[in-house]
Order: sequence, then C-alpha cells, then structure tokens
Amino acid sequence: MEKVFARSKGLTDVPFSFCPGCTHGIIMRLIAEVLEELDIIEDTIGISPVGCAGFSQDFFSCDFIGAAHGRAQAVGIGAKRALPDKIVFTYQGDGDIAAIGTQHAIHAAARGEKITSIMVNNAIFGMTGGQMAPTSLEGMKTVTSPYGKDVSTTGYPIDMPTLVANLPGAVYVASVSVDSPKNIAQAKKAIKKAFKVQQAGLGFSLVSLLSTCPTNWNMSPSDSLKWLRENMMPVYKMGELKVTEEVESL
Amino acid sequence: MERVLMKGNEIIGEAAIRSGCKLFFGYPITPSTEVIEYLSANFPRAGGTVLQAEDEIGAINMCYGASCTGARVMTASSSPGISLKQEGISYSAAVELPMVIVNVNRCGPGLGGLGPAQSDYFQSTKGGGHGDYRVITLAPSTAQELYDFTMQAFDLADKHRNPVLILSDGFLGQTMEPVVLKERPKAPEYDKSWIVNGSKGREKRILASYSLTNEIGEKNNLYWEKKYNGIQETEQQWEEFYAEDAEYLLVSYGTTGRICKSTVLNARKKGIKLGLIRPITLWPFPDKAFIPYKDKVKGMVTVELNTGQMIEDVKLAVECKMPVHLYRRQGGMLPTENEILNYVEDKFGLSKEGEA
Amino acid sequence: MMDKVIIAGFGGQGVMFLGKVLAYAGMGSDLDLLWIPSYGPEMRGGTANCSVILSDEEINSPVIDYSDAAIVLNKPAYDKFAPRVKPGGVLIVNSSLAKLEDVRDDITIVQIPATEMANELGNTSIANMVCLGALLPSLNLVDYEKVEKTMDKLTKKRPQLLEVNLTAINKGISFVNE
Repeated sequence: MEKVFARSKGLTDVPFSFCPGCTHGIIMRLIAEVLEELDIIEDTIGISPVGCAGFSQDFFSCDFIGAAHGRAQAVGIGAKRALPDKIVFTYQGDGDIAAIGTQHAIHAAARGEKITSIMVNNAIFGMTGGQMAPTSLEGMKTVTSPYGKDVSTTGYPIDMPTLVANLPGAVYVASVSVDSPKNIAQAKKAIKKAFKVQQAGLGFSLVSLLSTCPTNWNMSPSDSLKWLRENMMPVYKMGELKVTEEVESL
Repeated sequence: MERVLMKGNEIIGEAAIRSGCKLFFGYPITPSTEVIEYLSANFPRAGGTVLQAEDEIGAINMCYGASCTGARVMTASSSPGISLKQEGISYSAAVELPMVIVNVNRCGPGLGGLGPAQSDYFQSTKGGGHGDYRVITLAPSTAQELYDFTMQAFDLADKHRNPVLILSDGFLGQTMEPVVLKERPKAPEYDKSWIVNGSKGREKRILASYSLTNEIGEKNNLYWEKKYNGIQETEQQWEEFYAEDAEYLLVSYGTTGRICKSTVLNARKKGIKLGLIRPITLWPFPDKAFIPYKDKVKGMVTVELNTGQMIEDVKLAVECKMPVHLYRRQGGMLPTENEILNYVEDKFGLSKEGEA
Repeated sequence: MMDKVIIAGFGGQGVMFLGKVLAYAGMGSDLDLLWIPSYGPEMRGGTANCSVILSDEEINSPVIDYSDAAIVLNKPAYDKFAPRVKPGGVLIVNSSLAKLEDVRDDITIVQIPATEMANELGNTSIANMVCLGALLPSLNLVDYEKVEKTMDKLTKKRPQLLEVNLTAINKGISFVNE
C-alpha cells in the first residue's frame, strides 16, 4: 500500500503527551516538517521553555536546551552567538514570551538577533492549571480570574507579534492559527519563511500561533476551535505583520 | 613577561581574553563596569563576542546558552546584579555548565553603596539561588591574583563542569596595581562529549534540568552531592602567613586578607605570635588549613567586611575548640592594619605582655 | 622604604592624573605600587581624591590611615586631609585656593600659589603639576628624572602637553628649593 503520511524525521518516536484536542502537536509537526524540508535537523538547536511547550525537547529530533521560565530567547541568543552557523529556535508559550520573559522578546527583536521564535498562544497558563495570562481575553474566566478577566485591573491582552513587529530588528513577524486545514497550511508557510529568514541571516523572526487549551478552557476540542475563531482571532491581529523587502525577495 | 599597570577590573578582562574565553555577556553596574568596558574595547579584535544584554537575567541566561555549546564564557556584575543572576546560576549548576561569573562585591543590602564589602560571602558559598548547589568561589586579594585566578577559574569550570565565581570587591576592582601578564598555562583537554552543537553524526542531546519524578530528583541530587564532595576533597586552596608558630591566628580573605598581613608583621615586631590563614577558595572552604592548628592555637579572629559570615565556617573548621572572634567593618569601610591589631590585643589581653 | 601620598581637590583639577604620574613613575623604577581612586558618587563632581603607595618591597595593606605626604588643591581638600598626614610628614597646599589659619606645626607645610603660577604659564589646568614639583624633593622613591621619563609616555597622545607639564613641575621644584 502506498504510504501517504509519515511522521516527520524532525520528530522523535516519543508519543505526544498533550491533552486531547490541544494544538501543540499540530504546531510541532509543522515545525518538524519545515526542519526536514529545509534539511536542517542536524544543524538546529531548539530551546524549550517552562510550561506545556517545554515538552518539545523530547519530541523534536534535533538538539535541545531546556531554559528557565521566560529565558528561552536569552539562552538561544547565547547559543547562536557562540555558533552563528547553526539554526536556533525557541518554542515558547504565551506565558513564557509575553509575561515572565517579555524583555527578552523585545530586545531580541530590537537587536535583530538571528534566531527564530515560535510563540504558541492559548491565552492561558496551561501547565500550572489554567491561570490568567497577559494574553487572556477580556471577561475570560480562569482560575485566577474566576469572575472573568477585568481588564481595568489586570490589563488588556498583549498582542506580542504586533509589539515586536514595530521594532526594526524584527524582519519577519506573522500571526497565524491552526484551527482549520487552510490556516494550518498558512501557518506552515509562515514557519518555513521564519526559518529561511534565519538561514539567510536577515534578522529576528517570530511566528505566533493561536492555539487551544480545551482542558483549561473547559471545552470540547471542537468547541475550543470555534471559541478560538470567534474570540481570539478578532482580538489578535492576524496575518503577516512584518515582511521586510529582503524577506520578500527570499 | 610583560609587567603592566591596570585596574583590577581590566585585569580580569585581559585574563579572560588570554584564557580562551570567547563570549562575554554583561550589564553595566558600578563598581564592576570596567570589565565590560575593557572587553568592549579589546575583545572583538581578539575574536571575542561582547554583548551588553537587556538585563542581568538576560546576560546570565546567554552565558547558559553559550556554555551549552562548549564555548568559554564569562559574565561580570556587582552584588545587586548577581542577585538577579541567581536563578540562571542555579540552572547552570544543575545542567553542569562551565562558566566564569565575576562578582565585584559592593555593600548592601538593597541598593547599598559602592564601597568594598564581603557581604555576599553566604550568597557565594552556600549556593546563592534556589536548590541545593555549590559554585566554586575564588577570592583574589591582589592584582596578580585577579589575573591568575581568572585563568584558573576557566580551567576549574571546565574540569568540574561547574560555574566558578570570582569574588572580588570594589576596592580590588578600581585600584591599579602592577600585574605580570603571564602566558596561559597549557590547559588540559576537557571532555566535551556533552555539548549541544547540532546532532550531525550522533544521537540528539538535551541539556535540561527537569526531574520528572521524585525518584529521578533524588538520584540527581545524589549525583550532584557526590560531585561537590569530590571538589571539597581536592580543590581547597589557602595561604598561610606566619602561621606555623602562631599562638593566635587571623582568618581573612580578599582585600582584608592582605590588610591582615600588615597586621601580622606589626604584631611580630611587638613580639606577638600572630599568624594568618587566608582562604583562597571560599567554596570549597579550606577546612584542611585548620587541622594543624585547631589543637594548638589559643584563639582566632576572622576579619570580614560583613556582620560575620565566614566566621561560621571557621568555627566549624576548628570544631569550636577555641574562641573565634569577629572584627568587621561594613558599609564600604576598610579596617586599617592597626585597628585590627588593637582588637586582637584587646580580645586576648595582649597589650601589656606585647609591649617589649 | 615606602611613600604613601594622598592627592585631593575638585573634580577637574587633575587629581587622578597627578596620582597616575606618580604611579607610572614607580612602574618605571620596578617599584611595587598601588593607585587607589576614590570612586562612586564622589567622582560625579565635588571633591576627588586618590592615593598612591610606592614601595621597594611588597605592599600588603593598601589602606592608608596616615600618609607620608599629601597634596591638597583646594580648601575642602585641605580641611579633610591635613589631619591625615603623619607627624613629620609633608603637606603641599595650593595656596591660590586655600587660605590657611591655625596650621599644624608637627608637619612641613608648603603653601604654593599653584593656580597663579599655572596661569602665568598660560594654562590653569597644570596647577596639579606645579604641586607635584613642590612634593618631589620630599619623596623617597620617585624623583624628577623618573617623572620626566614617565611623562613622555603619559602624554604620547597629546605631545604638546609634555613640555608644559615638565615646565610646571620644574617651577614647583624651584619654588621649594628657593
């Protein structure tokens, strides 16, 4: 029988341990496929954070460094500065990159660090059990905002890609989603472009992916996808937010 | 060999370059700033990378990332900055990453002042951050030692796969003193089979420190404990000064260590048999230095720039077999050699018999 | 043998440079030495001071409680450091900027109108070198020849300063000798 689908060589044979309906698995597969297609698996160093995204170190087949919470980009920059010819990417949740590690994201972009950051935004702290994140939406119920997120006291959702896109050192910034086959295909294109940007040494690249957390959202996987489409996509600016001329001509 | 006059902080920078250090990540803070200034001016033409990070946390985590690739890397800061780095140092100790961290100790707590202090002794020698780890800590007391110990620090870090801290202070950092720029002793080859640099031709590697279960956690702690015990056994360093026939001993390191040498010489002129033990490694604390003296010396005085931190290790080392007193100055003040001698004479009732 | 010297004045009066001249003169003679700046907030304006220890044997304690000599370039520096000179020591006072009353009689005080003398030489900023000249005859381990050699190196980037600095030092020496 003809084999129509196989696990990417960018992934190990360790089974994903994510909750049912979580979209981390899709995103990791897309990255793995990109690493394989660009033939850079053996030249890549991934940086895993703390949080659900931290499991990435076991699932990708490239070398990995585990960072402290929020520090993935600083760690990645250290590795990249030491080995400029290698490909370095960080795989981070929204808590990691938009809460405790915001300063590193901003300055990585400001300095045009030649690394790629993948941000998985599910608007909540997943690993610790569903606490409010800076990316949580107005009125959103979480275990630390049980009456709904009150933006007047806890802040408005941070749109990290938009923020980063304003900085000259960030040359490619995209905000995509993995809620439908069409969007998944677009997401993969964005991820591939971000890695190509790094291969060409053009500057900092960031791809943010809207993701679901059915467990902590207390929804079924299909309701989660619907909720993402109806609630998150209107709040977060979607699409390619920054493509410099050099990136355009890649 | 070249004998030059340089500021202590600059000497550290020069020694790092000559030690094969390849990357420096830092953030400016008085009184350590000349380290990053010197390297910014001189490191690039030696093929090194200097990056002024967004903050101390960024800097230490960049060291972490660079060290994972097997490169020699250093950072430098002063007390409040070192506090900020502690999380990263803890992670580096857990992942067993060689790196050199310089603390040009200023006084505290809080913002404190810029004067020399030894108030970070506990922080340096007892772990400093969370979790149960140790950092090899070297305490230079002269310009030459700043140079020599920086070189040694890189080798110790590689040898034991552990962060090494150089505990200097604002006085040593800012003062100019002649230093001989010795050639680097040939470093042995160190095992680098653990580094992460792309998995070409081998299995993928992960450098991380999460203990998934308590059983794994305990196994890891036992592993680190064994390593630390080994370092305690083999790496203690100290200097003895007129100690052999001493009836009383001063114990002091760094800037006060050298002040105490003058105190000892003055005491000897007065017929007081005073000596000095000057710890060079603060962790591992050189308790072996005290073995020949703990049953024969009448008393000891630790001289420190804090409220009495090293004195705890001295009391343990002599098993409290004799009185151990503390003479200290704080807040950036340094004691004079005579102040210390007056204290010793007073504490041990030596003034009369001492007057020849 | 040792020379412990304290140098103090306003920021901008060349206090640190004066100390460096002594330190590098010591380097040229293979002496052990320390150049110790006051650092921290003090260097951001107000008074500046540094100290230099020169020795023909190893220097242990770097802390000066009483100095063998001091150069004070203004009145606040005089008030602060005159009491820190050991009995029998030497104090060089820039009398252009410090009028003295009730002076100590257990030390040698040289009152030299250094700023005026510097102005006569056409460069007010070399009052520090005039004072250095006034101190040199009292030092054990550094003399004019050693300073002259050092000055050559220290002014390499601005050679026009070599001659004027040496002239100022000589004026200071002559003032004391007269």
